[in-house]
Amino acid sequence: MTDLVVQTHGLRKQFRDKVAVAELSLAVRRGEVFGFLGPNGAGKTTSLKMLLGLIEPTAGSGTLLGAPLGDRPTRARVGFLPEHFRFHDWLPGRQLLRYHGRLHGLAGPRLEARIEALLERVDLHDAAERPLREYSKGMLQRVGLAQAMLNAPEVVFLDEPTSGLDPLGRLLVRDVIADLRRQGTTVFLNSHLLGEVEVTCDRVAFVKQGRVVREMSLAEHTGGLEVELVLGSAGPEVSEGLARFGHGLAARDGAVRLMVESEETLPEMARWLVERGIKIYRIGARRKSLETLFLEIMGDDQRPG
Amino acid sequence: MTSMRRVLTIAHLTLDEAARRKVLLATVVCGLVFIALFGIGFYFIHRDLMRDALPMAQRRMMLTFFTMAGLYAVNFLMVMTAVLLPVDTLSGEIASGVMQTVASKPIRRGEIVLGKWLAHGLVLAGYLLLMAGGVLLVARAISGVTPPHVERGMPLMLLEGVVLMTLSVAGGARLSTITNGIAVLGLYGLAFVGSWTEQIGTLAGNETARYIGTTASLIMPSEALWQLAAWHMQPPIMRDLHLTPFSPASVPNAAMVAWAAGYVVVTLLVGLRAFSRRSL
Repeated sequence: MTDLVVQTHGLRKQFRDKVAVAELSLAVRRGEVFGFLGPNGAGKTTSLKMLLGLIEPTAGSGTLLGAPLGDRPTRARVGFLPEHFRFHDWLPGRQLLRYHGRLHGLAGPRLEARIEALLERVDLHDAAERPLREYSKGMLQRVGLAQAMLNAPEVVFLDEPTSGLDPLGRLLVRDVIADLRRQGTTVFLNSHLLGEVEVTCDRVAFVKQGRVVREMSLAEHTGGLEVELVLGSAGPEVSEGLARFGHGLAARDGAVRLMVESEETLPEMARWLVERGIKIYRIGARRKSLETLFLEIMGDDQRPG
Repeated sequence: MTSMRRVLTIAHLTLDEAARRKVLLATVVCGLVFIALFGIGFYFIHRDLMRDALPMAQRRMMLTFFTMAGLYAVNFLMVMTAVLLPVDTLSGEIASGVMQTVASKPIRRGEIVLGKWLAHGLVLAGYLLLMAGGVLLVARAISGVTPPHVERGMPLMLLEGVVLMTLSVAGGARLSTITNGIAVLGLYGLAFVGSWTEQIGTLAGNETARYIGTTASLIMPSEALWQLAAWHMQPPIMRDLHLTPFSPASVPNAAMVAWAAGYVVVTLLVGLRAFSRRSL
């Protein structure tokens, strides 16, 4: 069994003159929660649709669970929650799950038991007989999440699953993703909500203008520490001296800030200051957030989507 | 290989949708109102004809004519149903995003199209049975008159509906709902005008008009199928003497039926292919 659930080489999608995805080369490992990050219009959803066989790539190749993209039998092992999940609004939630279960080849008591368990999991048991038109946005996302898990998939693709959800709904989605990880299910999370990604994902890829510009593990995320110092006096010679410990040094609001590589730098920096008789009133460090990293990677040329 | 189970699941979903959105209820209620009105009209016509003591042959011809008028109205309503009922079945679900969820399941795109086609075909057949069956039953119950060869005419009317329904389903694989509706109704209009051009050209001995009409019927065989159905369902004297507007001067032949059947198959295949390649 291959360790890679998703593998693509130079995947490209062009709609007439518009290049939606320029060159997507990606590898997602079995069992990981993989975050696919990028601003609006970066080609995230188009990439995801190519992986699912909903859109035919213009060029490039790829595999999903070891089979070529678009392979029909493979889709029986895949779950998918589209962005802004919609289905026929006249259908009750339970009936929606029944139809989708049948499309997966499930039937009878096995399907009914699965539906019961999933309705319970997404907290929709009470609303199961109500038509979707009476569901809130959050309930629709939750029933969509349930349909994505009907077939106990090996990999689940979630396209902006927490978009439009209230904090409780987000927490539920986060718990579901954690459950999936515990069960060994691979989760491909398409999102621009970086806070969500930071707490749920093992690894992330940043996509910009249809290209993966960086892949990294969040566990090994050592993007640097931002150090904030409040000193007794901080003349130019102190600033020059501190600059050798890191980069991006700036003095603002009575504090000096700079980026350093790791915690190991902090004692050295403190010693250097004390040796020069400079009083330290406060020294604090915090890891660079995914948001900061995102903004750095995307650069200044990005505009709000 | 196509799975009948998956096709039937889609057909079931489509029929369920028609039922829950009250499409079937509206169809049945409107159908019953139509039949009731036809029955009332037919009753008074029959009563007047009986009072006038016309010869039996003449009376039967007139009653057959009124029955044909009823079937002509049924034919028009069936055409509208065949075009409008499935016009958004693919395009609407593509636009709303519903199709993404369905097509990401282990189902062939072709099975989705076939399921929808099958469901709409069943609704159409049921509609025709209700409406045409109602007209024929009312006519028989009131006057004892039944047009000849109904067993030939009805399948031809159904084939006409299936031609239009197939075009409407297949068009939705590529076109937006509104464009699809306009295109299919436009083709029906072309066939309608073409058929009358052919009839008038035949009566006037104008070969060019006949040729134009035949070409229009090849592009869209719907009206030719109605003309053939109407020709079958009239007594020989009525159709041979062209006594009614439903007696075609130029009778479509069996080749036109084969053409229409092939038209359905090819249209469906084109729709399957277009939908299989469509970005969702």
